[in-house]
Amino acid sequence: MSDAATRPEGCALVTGSSRGIGAASALALAGDGWHVRVNYRSDRAGAEEVVAKIVDAGGTASLWQGDVADADAVARLVEPGDDGPVLVLVNNAGVRMDGLSPQLDDEQWQAVIDTNLTATFRATRAALPKMMRARFGRVVNLASVAGIRANPGQANYSASKAGVIGFTRTVAAEVARRGVTVNAVAPGLIETAFTEDVLDGEMAKAIPARRVGTPEEVAACIRFLASPEASYVTGATLTVDGGLSA
Amino acid sequence: MGKEPKLATQVSSDNVEKTIYDGLVELGTERGDLSREATLESLDVDSLDLVELAQIVEDEYGVELKGDDVKDVKTVGEVIDLVVAKAG
Repeated sequence: MSDAATRPEGCALVTGSSRGIGAASALALAGDGWHVRVNYRSDRAGAEEVVAKIVDAGGTASLWQGDVADADAVARLVEPGDDGPVLVLVNNAGVRMDGLSPQLDDEQWQAVIDTNLTATFRATRAALPKMMRARFGRVVNLASVAGIRANPGQANYSASKAGVIGFTRTVAAEVARRGVTVNAVAPGLIETAFTEDVLDGEMAKAIPARRVGTPEEVAACIRFLASPEASYVTGATLTVDGGLSA
Repeated sequence: MGKEPKLATQVSSDNVEKTIYDGLVELGTERGDLSREATLESLDVDSLDLVELAQIVEDEYGVELKGDDVKDVKTVGEVIDLVVAKAG
């Protein structure tokens, strides 16, 4: 979709890309010619598999261990390296710790906010100056339909994802005149390990498309938002949910 | 994947002045308008320009300028003096 020869030299970082939407996004961005930093927290085998798939397809990628809830790890992940500065940042890593709000403890609240929202802020903050200098940058933040509409049992997750949407809009307005775009993607029910405990046959009936989505369908949207062709799209939240939030 | 640290340019008032002047020109300021006494406001240097100028300084001298460092800076000369002081 995009031409590596016409954009500044740099790399793409996809946090939490050892599986699911992150893995599919890493593969898609590598297909566009980006060197991809494949980040994982604990699933090294999964991340190695993603790197191997990218290399088999003719792309380049590297393994980057680090828990995005750790500020030092985020700083290291975004630091410019031999592969150049991070010019595409996909803030994908996320966690869920569900429970009805009267029963959520502080730890469940804070852990979800730290990984889903604070890490998104820290990685974006670290990446933006180099993007601004390059007059090219793409930040794609993973939100969720749970950040747009109610989802009982996910007050912490919903708050983190609604925060991501607000953060995305504001940062987009701040840096738009430097050729840097900041957008969010809000998946609905996607078939991944992240959702396997909540998916059942009945849930698809609530979705206008009558099926759950695939990681590749989300990755295709992320790929577009990361491309030079999406240069005039910023501050947007693109729902990828089969019409669930329509 | 570590990056070799770039050797920082020697920090002198003259070097920093050149860096800041070049940076401001890159950000759209007319070179003829530049002087140590010129205010950032008169040059239309806004807060986002200052963020980028801070990145230029960090790349060149390894000096990190935070928002709190520059919030009270009014003139180009004060920016130069701040960088020299922080590097010292």
